[in-house]
Amino acid sequence: MLLAIPLAWLQLAREKVRLFVALAGIGFAVILMMMQLGFQEALFTAAVNFHVNLNTDIVLINPQSTTLFAIKNFSRRRLYQAAGIDGVESVTPLYLDFGIWRNPDTRSTRQLMIIGFDPSQKVFTLPGVEDHLEDIKLPDVVLFDENSRPEYGPIAEKFKAGQTVTTEVSGRRITVGGLFQLGASFSADGNLITSDVNLIRMIPNRTLGLIDIGLINVKPGVDVSAVMSELQKILPDDVLILSKQGFVRFERNYWETSTTIGFIFTLGTMMGFIVGMVIVYQILYTDVSDHLAEYATLKAMGYKSRFLYSVVLQEAFILAVLGFIPGFALCLGLYKLVRDGTALPMFMTPDRVTTVFILTLIMCIVSGVIAMRRVQAADPADIF
Amino acid sequence: MGTSPVIAINHVSHFFGRGRLRKQILFEICANIYPGEVVIMSGPSGSGKTTLLTLIGALRSTQSGSLCVLNQQLKGASTNDLVQVRRYIGYIFQAHNLLHSLTARQNVQMSLDLHTEIDRKVAYQRSIDMLTEVGLAEWADYYPPELSGGQKQRVAIARALVSRPKIVLADEPTASLDKQSGRDVVELMQQLAKQQGCTILMVTHDNRVLDVADRLFHMEDGRLHTQNPETMIMTRHHPSS
Repeated sequence: MLLAIPLAWLQLAREKVRLFVALAGIGFAVILMMMQLGFQEALFTAAVNFHVNLNTDIVLINPQSTTLFAIKNFSRRRLYQAAGIDGVESVTPLYLDFGIWRNPDTRSTRQLMIIGFDPSQKVFTLPGVEDHLEDIKLPDVVLFDENSRPEYGPIAEKFKAGQTVTTEVSGRRITVGGLFQLGASFSADGNLITSDVNLIRMIPNRTLGLIDIGLINVKPGVDVSAVMSELQKILPDDVLILSKQGFVRFERNYWETSTTIGFIFTLGTMMGFIVGMVIVYQILYTDVSDHLAEYATLKAMGYKSRFLYSVVLQEAFILAVLGFIPGFALCLGLYKLVRDGTALPMFMTPDRVTTVFILTLIMCIVSGVIAMRRVQAADPADIF
Repeated sequence: MGTSPVIAINHVSHFFGRGRLRKQILFEICANIYPGEVVIMSGPSGSGKTTLLTLIGALRSTQSGSLCVLNQQLKGASTNDLVQVRRYIGYIFQAHNLLHSLTARQNVQMSLDLHTEIDRKVAYQRSIDMLTEVGLAEWADYYPPELSGGQKQRVAIARALVSRPKIVLADEPTASLDKQSGRDVVELMQQLAKQQGCTILMVTHDNRVLDVADRLFHMEDGRLHTQNPETMIMTRHHPSS
């Protein structure tokens, strides 16, 4: 096959500048689509990072809660009721609230989320939390999320350098006793972890009797869904019983359906798709128009229209593949830039590579099919 | 005698346009062209020469009359049949119409690639050989924009002849060439066609090349006049003789 003439490739390669413009255009479309999909996924992932890292099997929340950001509290008694069921190993109340953090350097303030729980329980599987559970038993000692936005001050740097970091949260003096990694999300730009008692100290109008999330661990070997249906029977309607996956879905579902995020980024992806399609169509249409006499000659020689259609489609395919590669490579760099700049968990996944590549292929093939109609204008009778 | 014509034209008329604008271009054309003949067709522009050529070349559908090319009736033939007939006809156009993104060799090979029964290696070698015959061996890897007008037309001739067509149709192949290269191109066509025993039907205004013809056709206002009718029934040049 070495001697077969790759007409599609030769036609494209002959016009170097046009090929470069085409690839730049397709690469741009690829970047647009990848960034939009990447942002969307990063925002959703960030939104559920808290949920995913909870060390629990079953979660109780107030049914009026819609998201972590707007969680409603409920009575701790419900959790103790649940503790009485067979198969339940332990129950842990979780307290969430928002406090005002004062940047120790600039003295400016910013809201962050405070997570409080009984430090004798392993509530989080997050790196750093377990090592410092002893520290937060001390009054007014907190753990600081080192993936928080930089506006909170260089807390992590100072702490790692061995300095004692003290500042104010909602007017109360606190000391940073350790670091953990959770990351910024829609709910909060930064996070603190401390004991339930410390949280009550910072937010004086709260009581330990009203909790935000109830965590239930079942005994090893016990069916979680069986315990859940048992809970359903015993507990009244003022709590919602969710599995851990259900809790993750609950949060994700809120951001996907009750906010404009999904719409905005899907629209952005579509824009990239359409921009790419228009560019590819223009390039292929011009290419066919320029070669109309040549294509008519091929028809006169006995080539079927089908052959010319396949040349156009091959050109579309080549453009898709060649345009995708630089777009993808640039995106890897841009993802890193976003990760470093926004603390969002923006990662390239095989799924997204496949999705965007397929979108790119569809984009190019559809343009190719539209541009193909131009081949019909190549009338061999006109060239004599 | 006894040889059947490769092109048998019988009462062929052709019209352009529709309704009130319908205009007759060809009137009851009758002619037979036999294997190995070189026929030159002349006539003023607008007389219908090119239309007749595109009908014979299966590039247009025959509207009325009977037109047999290589024993295939083109009147009422399907698109697919027309495409098949085209593969046995070599075309040389006034403009060379070479593919700019292919080298001279690849341009020539394009007409062999239509014949899937020919092995690619053989096709490659035959393309090189054909270019050697038209005197362009060392230009095989050049692109059309790098060649002179005469060279391009010679590549076009190589492309038309490489698949050893039964018929070569040429429309003013010398029009864009100077006197000497025009003469060279026509002689080359004649010589190669005689070697392969193919029939040539050439449209030209160029009086200097009329001497290569076995017969002359003259077209005027859509009517064909054969200038030496006594040769019409004679096939003077058999490829085998």
